Amino acid sequence: MTTEQMKANLDGTNSPSSMPNPPAVTERETDSKAYVASQWTLMWWRFRKHKLAMVGGIVTILMYLIAIFAEFLAPFPPDMTNTQATYAPPQTLILFDEQGFNPHVLGYTVEVDPVALRRTFVVDPEVKIPVRLFTHGYTYKILGLFESDFHLIGPADASDTMYLMGADRLGRDVLSRLVYGTRISMSIGLVGVTISLVLGIVLGGISGYYGGIIDNVIQRVIEFIRSIPTIPLWLGLVAALPTEWGPLQIYFAITIILSFIGWTNLARVVRGRFLSLREEDFVMAARLDGASQAKIMFQHMLPAFYSHIIASITLAIPGMIIAETSLSFLGLGLRPPVVSWGVLLQEAQNVRTVATAPWLLVPALAVVVAVLALNFLGDGLRDAADPYA
Amino acid sequence: MAQFIIRRILIMIPTVFVTSMVAFIIIQLPPGDYLTSYVANLSASGEQVEEHVIEALNERFGLDQPIYVQYLKWISNIITKGDFGQSFAWRTPVENLIWGRLGLTVLISVATLIFTWIIAFPVGIYSAVNKYSLGDYIATFFGFLGLAIPNFLLALVLMYIAFKYFNQSVGGLFSPEYVEAPWSFEKVLDLMSHLWIPMIILGTAGAASLIRIMRANLLDELGKPYVRTARAKGLPEWKVILKYPVRVALNPFVSTAGWLLPTLVSGSIIVATVLSLPTTGPMLLSALTTQDMYLAGAFILLLSILTMVGTLVSDILLAALDPRIRFD
Repeated sequence: MTTEQMKANLDGTNSPSSMPNPPAVTERETDSKAYVASQWTLMWWRFRKHKLAMVGGIVTILMYLIAIFAEFLAPFPPDMTNTQATYAPPQTLILFDEQGFNPHVLGYTVEVDPVALRRTFVVDPEVKIPVRLFTHGYTYKILGLFESDFHLIGPADASDTMYLMGADRLGRDVLSRLVYGTRISMSIGLVGVTISLVLGIVLGGISGYYGGIIDNVIQRVIEFIRSIPTIPLWLGLVAALPTEWGPLQIYFAITIILSFIGWTNLARVVRGRFLSLREEDFVMAARLDGASQAKIMFQHMLPAFYSHIIASITLAIPGMIIAETSLSFLGLGLRPPVVSWGVLLQEAQNVRTVATAPWLLVPALAVVVAVLALNFLGDGLRDAADPYA
Repeated sequence: MAQFIIRRILIMIPTVFVTSMVAFIIIQLPPGDYLTSYVANLSASGEQVEEHVIEALNERFGLDQPIYVQYLKWISNIITKGDFGQSFAWRTPVENLIWGRLGLTVLISVATLIFTWIIAFPVGIYSAVNKYSLGDYIATFFGFLGLAIPNFLLALVLMYIAFKYFNQSVGGLFSPEYVEAPWSFEKVLDLMSHLWIPMIILGTAGAASLIRIMRANLLDELGKPYVRTARAKGLPEWKVILKYPVRVALNPFVSTAGWLLPTLVSGSIIVATVLSLPTTGPMLLSALTTQDMYLAGAFILLLSILTMVGTLVSDILLAALDPRIRFD
């Protein structure tokens, strides 16, 4: 055992853990427990040692929570414009003033440069806009079911404005838009991966299980799809989408286009696994037992590598997120009024705009954080899923 | 070996054909076509559309005929005459537009590939030999960061920094005075002075993943008995590492060139649009949005062929490097 593993184990016992029985201090003791531990428990032990992966996992969960509770977290509706606040810079949240704890932001006075007609925002220390947690704001429906007007944070008086991350060209709150964008950007990866997964498992499974001519044909098709350069293909397919389509149709069309390439990777992984599992005794036993082929494939063989599939999915999502962002950034992907990180970055296409309003690049940070977190998580899952690592 | 190369090239031929069909279908997908909107625009602006011009175009490309006839006309013109058709938006034959841009795309891709290798090779070896050292952690950190930042974002941020702090506008591949100038030694120098920015932007992600691959492979090799034997025999450390394990670890390095080249070509499309480089990207993008179908089709076809050639080159390199690879 390396010192590093030892350290990880020690850390594991020191930190509070959700496991009822944290694994013992040394590898040898874990061994005795390992005899009775289930496959998933073993994986969880291995995964927990991977600190970066744990961080990645937590960040990923947080991001999806933001996506689910976007309405609650966003102080303002994403499409609320304010002509007074065009390119308003971010306001700092000040927690204390002379009266003690009184979170507030300072208002602006707008000065118009008489020559260039450019507006500059000057912080006005006289105007205090009190900010409260769990305050009333605009009305929305929780998960589309219950009406509510509670927001995590917002100005105490709902008619006030605050721009913690600045405002964009139309005076919309960047923070609120970022929160709403999380929903679209994070979900487009999930939906796309689901489609790739279904295609990948079915075609990869058939390819690996039957072998022979079917395998050959499917493999040639995969090779062919992979030989087409991705981005020209995407651009071509996206440019072919009818312009009169609604946002929802475009959204699904784009996920399908993105997954069109993604499934080939998964199909390869699945095929390889099926090829090696095909010869196992338990498959023979199922076959002699008269199980149907679909049952052998999807009920007996597939569960043998669920863990690998989960790891490959996690590693496939960031690619989809980047692809959506790039396409939307170029103006070929999702279009306003849909709010995604790529659509938000479209505002920052011009260097001069970025120079006047650098906070428009904040969605880029979100992309990087999401991609890093998912990569670390996927890395950890892959290591944990591999019993020989 | 020669047989292997010939067979690989023969396999490529049907693939290229299918690709050309897909390229043609893609450019036919958008509803409407450029000719119709072109004629409509001319009529709307009160200009007389000359019948014989339309007829000539219909005759040349079979625009009024079913799609497979159009495809056959298109592909046979390309094969027999090297004629990629007419760009409607630029009002000039496509071949006048594409070759220069395609050349610059290849140049940027190859330069980036070399840059990637120059960075990834020593850093990867250092990371593996000094595992868990400070340098290794720094390399790992930047490696992951390089993977996570989409190229075009990096381009945007670099442009912002250059604009804000150096008051310099980054973009393009030539200084304004050389854009239209014929090729000369000065123009090449000018190109070189601009090339490094797209090279770095495009190279980061590739270098990052190559460093990871190199490190992982070399770590696998370093623990093997033959390395210990070499040390025991008193070889100097650099020779122990460079002569044996690095050579083995180099293997996947070469095989990645196959996918690195296509990703570079693909990736450069978006980056080129952000940096307004005179490569294929911006032109393909505008051709696709304006339904300039023959221009777009030529780009998609040629980029696909470039991708396949890249894969072929890496397969050949791999076969040449690794004696364990069988040719049949």
